[in-house]
Amino acid sequence: MNAQLLLELADDELVLGWRNSEWTGIAPFLEEDVAFSSIAQTEIGHARAWYELAARESGADADALAFDREPGEYRCAPLCELRLVSDWARTIARHYLYETADAIRIAELARSDDPDVAGLAAKIQREEAYHVMHAQMWHDRLRGEERYEAALDELWPYALAVVEGERRNELAAAVGREPAEPVERGEHTDDLAALWEEMTTVRRSVPGAAW
Amino acid sequence: MVWEVFRQEREGQPFQHGGSLEAPNREFAEAYAREFYGRRDESFALWIVPREAVLEVREPYVADVFDRDYRRVDGYSLKVKLKEARERAAAAGAG
Repeated sequence: MNAQLLLELADDELVLGWRNSEWTGIAPFLEEDVAFSSIAQTEIGHARAWYELAARESGADADALAFDREPGEYRCAPLCELRLVSDWARTIARHYLYETADAIRIAELARSDDPDVAGLAAKIQREEAYHVMHAQMWHDRLRGEERYEAALDELWPYALAVVEGERRNELAAAVGREPAEPVERGEHTDDLAALWEEMTTVRRSVPGAAW
Repeated sequence: MVWEVFRQEREGQPFQHGGSLEAPNREFAEAYAREFYGRRDESFALWIVPREAVLEVREPYVADVFDRDYRRVDGYSLKVKLKEARERAAAAGAG
């Protein structure tokens, strides 16, 4: 499996984990605050694991891959970059679309010929099952609400870019939507620069330091 | 809606109250209970019960107005009697 693909995965998880963590302390109610923060934390844990695998192939280290690249070099899907606080409807729409796409992607990786990739995917799958359960229950709860449906419509073209090829049809079927023109990886939204600025502040404050 | 969560640490052990949480329905209650009481593999099983399903009884004491202290075992120390009995048994065995 090539390092570029691993980086896409890792960048998705890191950037989305970061975005989800922005709800810590301000989620709609306490229980959700704990649950959503915990999901954010596991996403970042998965990012670390994918970066380590990518580092094995490229020779860099995981932290360098996560924090030492320029914003334009990140391979995350634009879906993950969008700053959605304080809009819970859009946050849940992204969460639902992303987790559904990610589950499809991870299931495929669990069948990979590369034993390291397959093993890690299988491990991640066990934690992602909780994410999917959480996303699905919120989707069921908000389905039919005007703001939520509008958010799904808005974010659907972004969500398509999380997976590739035939998986896009699979995703469309899973969420009951028609294929659309995807907002592909490679281009970045305006939100990424500010996120990168904040995310790498400490790392850049003392270049080369061991933590 | 408030839910009371009981957790069983190991299979076969009694369920003990873990805490309570707020959730709009069973699905949310389950998700949050898993998160709070299952995340670190600290529970074998959970009971998640709507608080209104719990029948709470205050001052459940059933008055016993007559003196029937002899029915109670608290304050009745067996330790001394057991010690004496053991000594008697040992003495009898030796003799």
